[in-house]
Amino acid sequence: MKKILTTPIKDEDLESLTAGDVVYLTGTLITCRDVAHRRLIEQGRDLPVDLKGGAIFHAGPIVRQKDDGEYEMVSIGPTTSMRMEKFEKDFIKQTGVKLIVGKGGMGAETQEGCVENKAVHAIFPGGCAVLAATKVEKIEGAEWKDLGMPETLWINKVKEFGPLIISIDTKGRNLIEENKKVFNEKKKPILERINQQIGFIK
Amino acid sequence: MNREQAVADLTNVMSKFTAYIGKRLPTDVTQKLGDLREKEVNFLAKEVYESMRQNQEAADKLDRPSCQDTGVIQYFLTAGANFPLLGELEEILQEATAGATREGPLRHNAVETFVEKNTGTNTGSKIPWLDWDIVPGDDSVTIDVYMAGGGCTLPGKATVLMPGQGYEGVAEFVFDVITSRGVNACPPLLVGVGVSTSAETAARLSKKAILRPVDSRHPNDNAALMEQLLTDGLNELGLGPQGLTGNNSVMGVNIESSARHPSTIGVAVSTGCWAHRRGRIRINADMSYEVISHQGFKL
Repeated sequence: MKKILTTPIKDEDLESLTAGDVVYLTGTLITCRDVAHRRLIEQGRDLPVDLKGGAIFHAGPIVRQKDDGEYEMVSIGPTTSMRMEKFEKDFIKQTGVKLIVGKGGMGAETQEGCVENKAVHAIFPGGCAVLAATKVEKIEGAEWKDLGMPETLWINKVKEFGPLIISIDTKGRNLIEENKKVFNEKKKPILERINQQIGFIK
Repeated sequence: MNREQAVADLTNVMSKFTAYIGKRLPTDVTQKLGDLREKEVNFLAKEVYESMRQNQEAADKLDRPSCQDTGVIQYFLTAGANFPLLGELEEILQEATAGATREGPLRHNAVETFVEKNTGTNTGSKIPWLDWDIVPGDDSVTIDVYMAGGGCTLPGKATVLMPGQGYEGVAEFVFDVITSRGVNACPPLLVGVGVSTSAETAARLSKKAILRPVDSRHPNDNAALMEQLLTDGLNELGLGPQGLTGNNSVMGVNIESSARHPSTIGVAVSTGCWAHRRGRIRINADMSYEVISHQGFKL
C-alpha cells in the first residue's frame, strides 16, 4: 500500500519513516531553491509563503501561462539539493518546513536540522519532470516572480506526488552519505586492479 | 531556392530539431537504459527505472520536455568548407535556439554573467555555444545539438597530470570525479574522458566523447581497453540510478584523445545524465537533411 503524507505534516507523521522508505505527498508543494534560500537566510527577508508543516521542492520548472492568465505546469523535476546545504539547516529552523524534496543527498548540517526539528529530506527521481508535472493538479500561486521562471516560488496543489525516497530521516540516517562511504571503500581495490592493466608508458 | 529562403528553412528545421531532442532521447540511449533496467534487481533502483520509463512515455505523449532543465544549448558542428550557408550558420543557430525556447518550450537558462540577469531567450554572450570542426572539400554540415543541464554539468573537471602519474593517474581522476560528484548528476551516466595535452584541450575532447554513441569504441586498442576497464570498474561501484545503489553506475565510458606534450597529461571528465539529450543531424548542400541520432524522427 502507498504511504501518503498530507500537508500540513505533523512530527508524528515523520517519526516512523526510515531512510530508504518510499512515500507520496498530497497537499501543497512549493518550489524553493537557491536565491529564495539566500534571501531568507543571508538577507533576512521574510518568505512570502508560510511553510510551517509544509513541503518544499528544490526545483525550477517550465511553466506556461495560458490565455486566461492561469499557469500550467509543463515540466518540473528536482534540482541538485546539495546546492542548498549552506542554508538548509537554518531554513528548516526558521520556517518549520517538514518535507524537503530534491535530487541527490544533502550534508551533515541538513541532517542535524532534520533531527533537531523533526523534518525529512526525500529524493524524487531526477529527470522525471513530466511524470512530476502530471501529479500537479493546479498552480495556486506564484511569489517572487522577479527571480525568473526557474527561481519563482510556484505554489502547487499536488496529488500522490512521488515516488519520494526518504534520504534523511528524523533519526539521523543519511542514505546517500551512507552509500557514498560504500562507493569510496569499493573504489581502491577496483582501481588497483585496473591500474595493473594500463601501464601504457613504458 | 534563394539564399533568404534557405536560411529561413534551415532555421526552422534546427529550431524544431532543438526542441525535439528535449522531448525524446536518442535511440542508443533509450536502448541502453532498457538493457540496464532489465538487469537491475534492487528494489529502489527498479522503482526509479520505472519512473524513468513512465516519464519518457508521458513526455512523448504530451509533447513536453522530458526533464525541466533543458540546459544551455550547445552546437558542435562538423562543417564542410563548401557548405553554402557556412557564414550564416552562427546566426541561424542563435535564431533556432530562440525559436526552440518559444515553441518547445525550453526553460530560460542563459544568465548573462556579471550582469547576473536571465536573458529569457536562452541566447546571450557566446550562447548558444558553438564548437567548430571544418572539413575541407565537403559541402554538408553535421550538427550535434546538446542540452547541457546544470546537474550533469556540475561534475565537470579538468587537470594536468605529470607523466609520472601515467594512465593510472587518469583512471584515479575519473573515479574520484564520479564517486564524489557523479552521484548527484543523475546516474546511470555517460562518462566522457579527454586525454590530451592541457586542461582546455582535454575538456573539449571530454565533451566530444559524450556526443559519440553509447557503445562506440576508441579506434586505438589501448584506449578501447581503458574504456572497457573504466566502464566495468565504475559499474562495480554500483551507484545505481540516482546514486541509490544498483547493479550499474554508467551507460558507458567514452575516451577521446590527442597527442600530448612529453611533460604533461591533460585529463578531463564531462558527464551526461541518464536523460542524455543530444541529437545529430546532417544537412546537405541543397538543405535536405537526415536525422542520425533518433530513429523515426518526424518534424
